[in-house]
Amino acid sequence: MAELLAVRHLVKHFPLRQGFWGRQGAAVRAVDDISFNIAENETLGLVGESGCGKSTAGFSILRLIEPTSGEVWFEGENLPALSPERLRTHRRKMQIVFQDPFGSLNPRMTVERIVEEPLLNYEDLASGQRKQRVAEALETVGLLPEYMTRFPHEFSGGQRQRICVARALVLQPRLVIGDEPVSALDVSVRAQVLNLMVRLQRQLKLSYLFISHDLSVIRYVSHRVGVMYLGRLVEMADVKTIYDQPAHPYTRALLSAVPLPDPRRRRRRIVLQGDVPSPIHPPPGCHFHPRCPEAMAICREEPPRMRRLAAGHRVCCHLYNDHEEWIVQPPASRTEIRLQPQDKGESV
Amino acid sequence: MKGAGRFRHLSASWRLWAETFQALSRSPGAVIGGLLFVAIIAVSLGFPLLYPRDPLAQELLSRLIPPFWQEGGSLAYPLGTDNLGRDVLVRILYGSRVSLLVGFSAVLVASVAGIALGLISGYYGGRVDHFIMRLADVFMAYPFMLLTISVIAVLGNSIFNLILVLGLSDWVTYARTIRGSVLSIKKKEFVMAARSVGTPHRVILLRHVFPNVLSPILVLGTVRVANIIIWESGLSFLGMGVPPPMPTWGRMLAEGRVYIADAWWLVTLPGLAIMLTILSINLLGDGLRDALDPRLRNIPG
Repeated sequence: MAELLAVRHLVKHFPLRQGFWGRQGAAVRAVDDISFNIAENETLGLVGESGCGKSTAGFSILRLIEPTSGEVWFEGENLPALSPERLRTHRRKMQIVFQDPFGSLNPRMTVERIVEEPLLNYEDLASGQRKQRVAEALETVGLLPEYMTRFPHEFSGGQRQRICVARALVLQPRLVIGDEPVSALDVSVRAQVLNLMVRLQRQLKLSYLFISHDLSVIRYVSHRVGVMYLGRLVEMADVKTIYDQPAHPYTRALLSAVPLPDPRRRRRRIVLQGDVPSPIHPPPGCHFHPRCPEAMAICREEPPRMRRLAAGHRVCCHLYNDHEEWIVQPPASRTEIRLQPQDKGESV
Repeated sequence: MKGAGRFRHLSASWRLWAETFQALSRSPGAVIGGLLFVAIIAVSLGFPLLYPRDPLAQELLSRLIPPFWQEGGSLAYPLGTDNLGRDVLVRILYGSRVSLLVGFSAVLVASVAGIALGLISGYYGGRVDHFIMRLADVFMAYPFMLLTISVIAVLGNSIFNLILVLGLSDWVTYARTIRGSVLSIKKKEFVMAARSVGTPHRVILLRHVFPNVLSPILVLGTVRVANIIIWESGLSFLGMGVPPPMPTWGRMLAEGRVYIADAWWLVTLPGLAIMLTILSINLLGDGLRDALDPRLRNIPG
């Protein structure tokens, strides 16, 4: 499978202003050096507890917030290095669906105006053609074209999220970032929207970066899963490996917390002690060591590096120190990553 | 699916207006205020047809005649005459024109300037924001009356200068209000969504931000009309308002003050006119605030 998106050493720090004179120094390290790829037609699930930086990672990839450093390769271009004009032409191929279907639709615009907005920005269509495209997009997500003249407050949460999906799809993107797209929905509606997204992926050959804190949702939609903790990726593998043979102690703890549907079954719960440390002053060494049931002396001093356990299974933990193979070159000796340019003519 | 109500047949933008009007008509305060306000406007525009008198004509033989219901009053001068024998009723009616004209024009000037600066300040932030907000601080720190008086003293007092000065000294309120709303709106996901579908900032500002910060401004505007009318009265009272022969409520108060012991109507009646006008505008503004939010409207019941 060809790579569609490659993220390398992505960092986003939010500087904190301290005191009256605005001394800068401390920063919230929301995303602290993460790297991953997404292949065409693939769903990468990004999972972690709230505040671990998974949404910030999604926004930084699209440059909805400016990343502090790092590279995001998409269609042969490094997005953080692009001028605003160039970025605009590439952005049409990557769209986002937000968490809150109430906040992500302008309450004063009709569905038609909401869904046609991307077309106004990128395509020079007569109004009749535009209406046609909007109607098609609505049908794709299972909404009636008659709804075009209605306002967002006249819809239910699931319907609104469908409108958001229609807006994201009307430009025929290649990558859709879902920032907790079903977390605000009821369980029954959640399944509908998930099925819709899975069906659309097959129909339209989409790639998803699916961000969620919900392990069962991630398991349902993802091909591969990345687990984040305090701004760093701690483990990444295909979905079966993550759920059947989790390697990182944090992943194991997360999985053991998923409720079992059968009340008679019991399983050993790994209960983590303490809270997530502050991302302003993350612990030295491995970020996870203060809560890790298997912490060793080295974990307090030296941050672990990503190592390959098996094909496609990467873990960032000192427990696996004997696997000496680097997955991502450490920044000091890092080599430039180039992707094959894909469909260059189409994107301009 | 919540129904679109009985305005389903209208086009989307008309439906929004129709629903606003419907919501407005449910609040008794807004209805009373609105009717009173419409009546005041109608009277101030149409009174020459019903009561054609010259507000400047002096009858020195019939000075200080009381209103008709009091002893010595007559229906020839329904609300009496002033110290120069001028008809009080027609002067109040003329005064309404000045007050409403100055009030609305000044609010228009102030809101256009304030909205533009507030939108830019709130949306773009950074240095632009700092500059505009510190400018606003300067305006706030400078006593408004002193500013107006000094500008009028330099430029001369005409109705145009008055509108300009009142308007330009009041932009701060709008800019601050707008900036606050913009700061909260621009964090909303639909603004981020607009950016992700490639909408330029300029368009986002006009298409997404502006309509969503408009309703506090409409409400603020109605309250400020009332304030401006009071300021205009105050300036006219001090002799800094609209130039002399033209009757205004403020000047009537100023001139009547000397005779307050013998002729209560010279001060009380223009004061009552000011009060009624402001009351009607405030009631209407209050109702507008509740009616303008489409999300508050479709609560079943």
